[in-house]
Amino acid sequence: MEIKKGIGVSPGVVISTALVLDAEDLAIPRRHVDDAEVDREVDRFHTAVQRSLAELATLRATMTEKYSKEIGGILDFHISMLKDRTIAQPVVNTIREQKVTAEYAVSVILRRYASNFLAMTDRYLSDRVKDVYDIERRILHNLVGQRQESLAHLTNNVVVIAHDLLPSQTAALDREHVRGFATDVGGRTSHTAIVARALGIPAVVGLGNITTEVSSGDPIIIDGNRGVVIINPDDEQLAEHREYERRQKVLEIELKELVNLPAVTLDGHRVSLQANIEFPNEVDSAIAGGAEAIGLYRTEFLYLAAEQEPTEEDHFRAYAESLTRLKGRPLVIRTLDLGADKYTQSKAAVPERNPFLGDRSIRMCLHDIPMFKRQLRAIMRSSVLGDVRVMFPMISTLMELRQAKMILNDVLEELEDEGQPFRRDIPIGMMVEVPSAALMPTQFAREVNFFSIGTNDLVQYTLAVDRTNEKVAGLFCPAHPAILILVRDVIRAAQRNQISVSVCGEMAGEPLYTLLLLGLGLTVFSMNAPDIGEVKKVIRSTTLEHARHVARKVMSFDSERQVMHFLREETRKIVPEAF
Amino acid sequence: MQFVDLANRFKSNVRVIAYGNTVQEADGKSVMQMIILAAVEGTRLRIAADGEDAQAAVNELTDLVKSGFGEEMSEHGN
Repeated sequence: MEIKKGIGVSPGVVISTALVLDAEDLAIPRRHVDDAEVDREVDRFHTAVQRSLAELATLRATMTEKYSKEIGGILDFHISMLKDRTIAQPVVNTIREQKVTAEYAVSVILRRYASNFLAMTDRYLSDRVKDVYDIERRILHNLVGQRQESLAHLTNNVVVIAHDLLPSQTAALDREHVRGFATDVGGRTSHTAIVARALGIPAVVGLGNITTEVSSGDPIIIDGNRGVVIINPDDEQLAEHREYERRQKVLEIELKELVNLPAVTLDGHRVSLQANIEFPNEVDSAIAGGAEAIGLYRTEFLYLAAEQEPTEEDHFRAYAESLTRLKGRPLVIRTLDLGADKYTQSKAAVPERNPFLGDRSIRMCLHDIPMFKRQLRAIMRSSVLGDVRVMFPMISTLMELRQAKMILNDVLEELEDEGQPFRRDIPIGMMVEVPSAALMPTQFAREVNFFSIGTNDLVQYTLAVDRTNEKVAGLFCPAHPAILILVRDVIRAAQRNQISVSVCGEMAGEPLYTLLLLGLGLTVFSMNAPDIGEVKKVIRSTTLEHARHVARKVMSFDSERQVMHFLREETRKIVPEAF
Repeated sequence: MQFVDLANRFKSNVRVIAYGNTVQEADGKSVMQMIILAAVEGTRLRIAADGEDAQAAVNELTDLVKSGFGEEMSEHGN
């Protein structure tokens, strides 16, 4: 048994079996497999080699016409390596004799050749080591590819162990069978954390080297509440956690009873609790969890789930499905908010030096208008099917907002010319998540129908903290007085201009901030569906007057510690079981 | 890699022995082993094959090496 401490980023306890994912560009740890799995590993190796050969053959066919004979020669060399029995045979032997994964065996054998090559004095020959690395990467890629496919079709419940989950991996997850996550790196707002909370499954991140310490098939406990992972638990641990699991379920049932009750304070002030989603099929569970609307539909997953950019029809199908499931409830579609993530950076021809300040989100869309228009056309076409609203992310200047609106107008004209039906009056909103926008909300409020405050990015940009860097993640705190001033001012400006305003960042779903946001005048909270119960409980247990008093007091503090301490005390007073 | 490609067309096993500072042997059908062997320049090579088409293999491979590399060699088939 081994207990590892990390950061619990999504609550809950799960007892399950580990499934370890390999990531590219990482050392492949020695990983043992059961006797029964040896044949499967050998098959996986052969399949990966076949796929690699097929890839190279395709490449070879296009290359020789376009480029010099030399490149064709290099590819021939790669093909010869893949066919070389002095590679294949030792790999298979290693898998069989040492009972290890195909990944591990491939790495060991090819790296042995690589070191032989490196030792050679002939420059031409020692340079061939690059080809060996290249072929290793290709085979591993095809092995990992198989793993990812198998992730989409699991038969047993598992918890996924990875260095860091990539958006493209989570998009392919079999959501039925994945019961938890544990990763080497990451913080409270990492992609893994966001996905885990959206799925309502426990996750622990920042575990250091969990991928090397767990093997697929190991029994494992993930305790997202305490940020603990137990590998190969003993009977006592199992019993303790089964009891814990049971108590959690009781609490969940209590919260479920709140589902059909309105989010209204004791003095009759009504607010709207909405859900953030990534996939159309999350709509049902969001409504079942008490969401009155979808306050944030993140459309990035449309791009991440497929190999190529989604077509207008792909967009349309997703929006139409969401609207059908919503049965008249509002759907706020955020336009593409990609960039500055591993996925786009790894695909970029030239990686950006400072991606979070780079070509991301609305900027990326304004640089690729045909792509942007495809999405806008689909949104507008879906407008006749329900209550659609469109929201532009990461607006930092009025010019950007106006440009985006102009492109939307172009789209409307195009649709009109084509005779396609759409609604002209759909609300247009923007995310307030860049400090420049949060500092001049009045000017922006005149040009949109609603604001949505994205606290994650607002905190990152205002406090200059990269939330995925474990070394500084501790500085990432929505309770920082600077953030609270911005949030307050944005809410005020919206009220004065009579437009609606919501918070759709993590802050909205944390019961710790419910009293404060309510007191600042927020009426729309959009969060991950599993958080709705607890937030609703706080709202139903207080009065607007009291919340205003709390907010006034909080705004007088000058440190995030004071803010958090006070909010914790006040929340505990009204909902003792919240913390 | 012409050598390896040609060697792979025969059913026989092909071994290449290099008489350099040390005597090294490589699988003539393995591009990896041949690269490591070929590092020794100007060496005397011996090509050996065993199997049903051994003689043809040795003849053709020897011709290839003679035409391409012009190195000193001896022939041996069995």
